[in-house]
Amino acid sequence: MSSPILKLVAQRVALGILLLLAVSVLIFAGTQILPGDVAQAILGQSATPESLANLREQLGLNQPAYLRYFHWLGGVLTGDLGTAMSSGQDIATSIKGRLWNTLFLAFWAAIVAVPLAIILGLIAVRYRNGWVDKLISGLALASTSFPEFFIGYVLVYFFAVKWQIFPGISTVYDGMPFGERMQAIALPATALTLVVLAHMMRMTRAAILNVMQSAYVETAELKGLSAFNVIRKHAFPNAIAPIINVVMLNLAYLIVGVVVVEVIFVYPGMGQYLVDHVTKRDVPVVQAVGLIFAAVYISLNIIADIAAIVANPRLRHPK
Amino acid sequence: MSNELEFLSRRVASGKLSRRDFLGRAAALGISAPFANSLLSSAARAAGPVKGGTLKAGLVGGESTNSLDPALFMTQVPFAFGKMWGELIVELSPEGKLENRIAEEIGSSDDAKVWTLKIRDGVEFHNGKTVTAEDVAATLERHSDEKSKSGALGYMKGIETIKASGKEVVLTLKEANADLPYLLSDYHLIVQPNGGKDKADAGISAGPYKVTTNEPGVRHGGERFANYWQGDKMGHADQIEIIVINDATARTAALQGGQVNVINRVEPKIVDLIKRLPGVTIRNHAGPGHYVFIMHCNTAPFDNADLRMALKLAIDREEMLDKILRGYGSLGNDFPINASYPLFTEIEQRKYDPDKAKFHFKKSGHDGAVLLRTSDVAFPGAVDASQLFQQSAAKAGIQIELKREPGDGYWNEVWNKQPFCASYWGGRSTQDQMYSTAYLSTADWNDTRFKRPDFDKMVLAARAELDETKRKQMYHDMAVLVRDEGGLILPMFNQFIDATGAKVGGWVDDPHQELMNGYALAKCWLEA
Repeated sequence: MSSPILKLVAQRVALGILLLLAVSVLIFAGTQILPGDVAQAILGQSATPESLANLREQLGLNQPAYLRYFHWLGGVLTGDLGTAMSSGQDIATSIKGRLWNTLFLAFWAAIVAVPLAIILGLIAVRYRNGWVDKLISGLALASTSFPEFFIGYVLVYFFAVKWQIFPGISTVYDGMPFGERMQAIALPATALTLVVLAHMMRMTRAAILNVMQSAYVETAELKGLSAFNVIRKHAFPNAIAPIINVVMLNLAYLIVGVVVVEVIFVYPGMGQYLVDHVTKRDVPVVQAVGLIFAAVYISLNIIADIAAIVANPRLRHPK
Repeated sequence: MSNELEFLSRRVASGKLSRRDFLGRAAALGISAPFANSLLSSAARAAGPVKGGTLKAGLVGGESTNSLDPALFMTQVPFAFGKMWGELIVELSPEGKLENRIAEEIGSSDDAKVWTLKIRDGVEFHNGKTVTAEDVAATLERHSDEKSKSGALGYMKGIETIKASGKEVVLTLKEANADLPYLLSDYHLIVQPNGGKDKADAGISAGPYKVTTNEPGVRHGGERFANYWQGDKMGHADQIEIIVINDATARTAALQGGQVNVINRVEPKIVDLIKRLPGVTIRNHAGPGHYVFIMHCNTAPFDNADLRMALKLAIDREEMLDKILRGYGSLGNDFPINASYPLFTEIEQRKYDPDKAKFHFKKSGHDGAVLLRTSDVAFPGAVDASQLFQQSAAKAGIQIELKREPGDGYWNEVWNKQPFCASYWGGRSTQDQMYSTAYLSTADWNDTRFKRPDFDKMVLAARAELDETKRKQMYHDMAVLVRDEGGLILPMFNQFIDATGAKVGGWVDDPHQELMNGYALAKCWLEA
């Protein structure tokens, strides 16, 4: 590792932080544009002008918006996300459990999906245009084309109802033994795997095929290397950047886009939490969750960028 | 019943024969499965409650925004969980009678204005304290306070003073009310230590189960409260758990897979499929809930009585009951009361009559379409029902324009705001309560803007009347007024459709609310 890389990485991270700040302004502004303010939302029908004024004073809503923004930002940076309007619970505490659950599910889905997708992609390249390739592509595309709720219900029907191997509802809780927890998330993790599999697999296949046209691959073949070794040693390292990108995009999806799967399997993650609070117009929670989702997205993209830089010899050793 | 069957069913009840074997032998004897199942449950009931185990319910109607503060209960999960940990002053029995709980006796002055609640001795809170008259008084005070935002505030406003002295709580009402004990059975009025004034969401009361887990929108759990004052009647399972499953298919699958023992809100369209599943029993029964289309009587064009009548005649109630509820309900008659209320009298059924509807529509002088707002959340099948309404009205020459509103915000932006929309009511325990909540001129939830001083007077007069025959006549007259002149189109009363899995014993239909009025987990047991 040399200093130009460190510099590039530092640049990326700084850009990411800047972007996150911009997003926080957007989120804050967005919730301010909504009709009515938090005080009105809290008091609802029973609002009198007097109680509204009192509550506004109490919540500091009389201050100008930019002051409130910095106040909120200061809170976020010190880990204080405020309290939920609807239930009066501390947001940071409730989100912690939910976020952990979401990450847990995403982690195990990724552990299965990413290697599986890449290996299937490699196999598809090795036997490209043959029946193996077509079978893998066909199945993966089919599983992605079905909506997730359909895959979810099919899994529930066979594994939970017919054969009763795994539970159909994935309620997890603190202090649940690891084995039970794994059993509980088996079906939602499978559903998520099937949803993200094809995208990554196809991208791997396309990226490697692209590299396979190059002269050095031909050289490698002429040297007499076996087809798998050509792919493994020469093609794959050069195709890794786009693969990492698509993997990261799918990881982000596993974390921020799983509302439907959470609902079907009754999994207590972030998606369900967000939806509940949007319906109740619970602005502080929506802001907090929005910011967390943005942070996840941005940081995964930074990681993808950095990984691509590190994996690319031309960027690693600039002339 | 043949002797052999009776013998077999008793053997199952005592755990010497498996349910499956029993059903197999019953089939061999030529007995149909439903009948054999009913034999089993009667045998189990005769064998008495079984203590122990964990009863689990998978319920729709819980959000991560739920609180344990009883004042804020609105949806089914807090309601049902509240009945587990909470104890009320008085409750309604499945037969519709008053059943005293924390109050041992409820008496009133002759004019029904002063009521005295005698507090039962030796009822204990989960924190070990004894329930006192002061706790009961403080509970009622808190729910009478605007700040508590209590769902019971509407009726509590009618109480002028609340005084605790010794073992009694004396309530003085602003106006006489013969129904006060019924009002006190409201599920919000859970008695809490010091009325919950110290910590409203502590989850401490004197109910059959102590709160052990409270994860709003995910799951709620309780363990049996050893010192529950009527432990022989309730609290059979060692533990109870409510898992929030808002998705209907997931709920059914959980029941089928045996992860929960009870579910609520089975959709009418899949009842016939679920019925056939082994071990699953559908528990459907009539209640006071109803599906409605509501018109504001004070907003054009619905301020015209002929237009309202035209629309009431232009709806095909039978078709709707058949197609939307698949028969799991009963016909509505444009007033919000049915046989599940005390003092109900039958009134001639209004029928679909396109010719008459056409006549009234012409007479109203209204020109053009009528805008009806509808949404999936208004009631299950509301959008389909609105389309049926549109078609039946079209046959009468009335054009209904449908506007489908998003479910998010429907109850804030459309219901009780827009002049014509689809909605539902869960019903109340007495006629007075229903009319006071939604048909008095001053009621916040007067969602038909039915503002009639003569009707208000009738409500107040009936409320103070202690003579039952006279009262019945008064309610009849009120019903006729709402039916013929109000803004309510009530095509059907729905049924509660719950379902239980194998081995659930002790189920008793309760017409007041779903899940045995919320007590399913406390009153049922797991057969051995």
